[in-house]
Amino acid sequence: MQNLGYLKESTSQTAGPYVHIGLAPGAAGFKTFDSELGQVIAPEGVAGTRVRIEGLVIDGLGAPVKDVLIEVWQADASGIYPHPEDPRAADCAKGFRGWGRVISDFDTGLFAFDTIKPGPTAGRGRAVQAPHISLWLVSRGINIGLNTRMYFPEDSDLHKADPILNSIEQVVRRQTLIAVQTAPNTYRFDIRLQGEGETVFIDV
Amino acid sequence: MKPAEFYMRDRTIHPPAYDRGYKTSVARSPQLPLLTIQQTASEITGPTFGHNDFGPLDNDLTMNFQHGDMPVGERMVLHGRVLDENARPVPNTLVEIWQANASGRYRHKKDAYLGALDPNFGGCGRTMTDESGYYFFRTIKPGPYPWLNYVNSWRPRHIHVSVFGTAFCQRLITQLYFEGDPLIPLCPIVQTIPDPDAVQRLIAVLDMNASVPMDCLAYRFDIVLRGRRSTLFENRLEGN
Repeated sequence: MQNLGYLKESTSQTAGPYVHIGLAPGAAGFKTFDSELGQVIAPEGVAGTRVRIEGLVIDGLGAPVKDVLIEVWQADASGIYPHPEDPRAADCAKGFRGWGRVISDFDTGLFAFDTIKPGPTAGRGRAVQAPHISLWLVSRGINIGLNTRMYFPEDSDLHKADPILNSIEQVVRRQTLIAVQTAPNTYRFDIRLQGEGETVFIDV
Repeated sequence: MKPAEFYMRDRTIHPPAYDRGYKTSVARSPQLPLLTIQQTASEITGPTFGHNDFGPLDNDLTMNFQHGDMPVGERMVLHGRVLDENARPVPNTLVEIWQANASGRYRHKKDAYLGALDPNFGGCGRTMTDESGYYFFRTIKPGPYPWLNYVNSWRPRHIHVSVFGTAFCQRLITQLYFEGDPLIPLCPIVQTIPDPDAVQRLIAVLDMNASVPMDCLAYRFDIVLRGRRSTLFENRLEGN
């Protein structure tokens, strides 16, 4: 039989407890690079409503995960991704990065990041996706990065038409992807790795 | 949106979230199945980086934390290509590495291992692949070190590798091991990988042709990211 010749994806291994050395050396306690990547998702002055998102990643025993690293990826306020394959990329907000790295506090486990609220983005076909931020979690004990999404609570009408939220068969679990507003433009988004209220993780 | 999806991830070559033998995974592993979706713009786009984001020593770990002297340990080049499942190079993508020093000690406020810190070694590097998907680093071969999984668990020598590709769904972190290391089959983290061939693909190979005489040895490590479907567009295949 012939061989199709495809390669196999490299196998994932845990990022381990010292992920910060590579991806956020300042947090590990030293400086090597002139600038660390992923510190600013949306610089001041980029159009859009500035928001702050805080939360905990919680393990199956209810304990905060204090060594997690989260990467976030989102569209700008007009729903445009700063990427050449977004057909509207030329109109993306100037200076908008859309990507950032967030680490939890080593003592409390709390994470927080500042950005702008994304706009609705194009889904498949004519579908529209409600505003959301994509997240990717890695840490010690996580063997392959976990993907999920965070939606905004004030968009409940758009949630009814969001193809990803609607594809979650158990309706009650959809809530695990929707942040809670705790103050003006401030949201709480806790991620539960396991057990009661387990966050929906996505096979992207 | 027209651009094509990426191939379904083959989960049989990746470790499961839950592995009893790697104890930390027990309480950090989702129990419910992952949500299956068809990819959208959110998955097939991803961050881009420019060569201007980097300094000239960012990929030389023997130099980028120097405080007057060379770090101790076996000097080495780590090099290879980033490819996709279609065996095409992935150009201009970010590769980041981090590792312990020659004593097996990490420069991290949470690492308290007996092995000595090296005042001339930080342990992180980053670079972009070139137009043909090629990358290289210069570094020190990391040492093995103990960790409390079982009472006498040791990590084989390894370097952590983080790669982006062009899409957020290609994001990957892995670890590379070294040819001939007897600790590889004993390691509970290596043992999370269900497929023995997949373990072999994480082992970097001594590459004498790329070594630098009287300077350093070289190890070769190719990285493979998810590949992408062709789209049938106006009755012809695109993306091939």
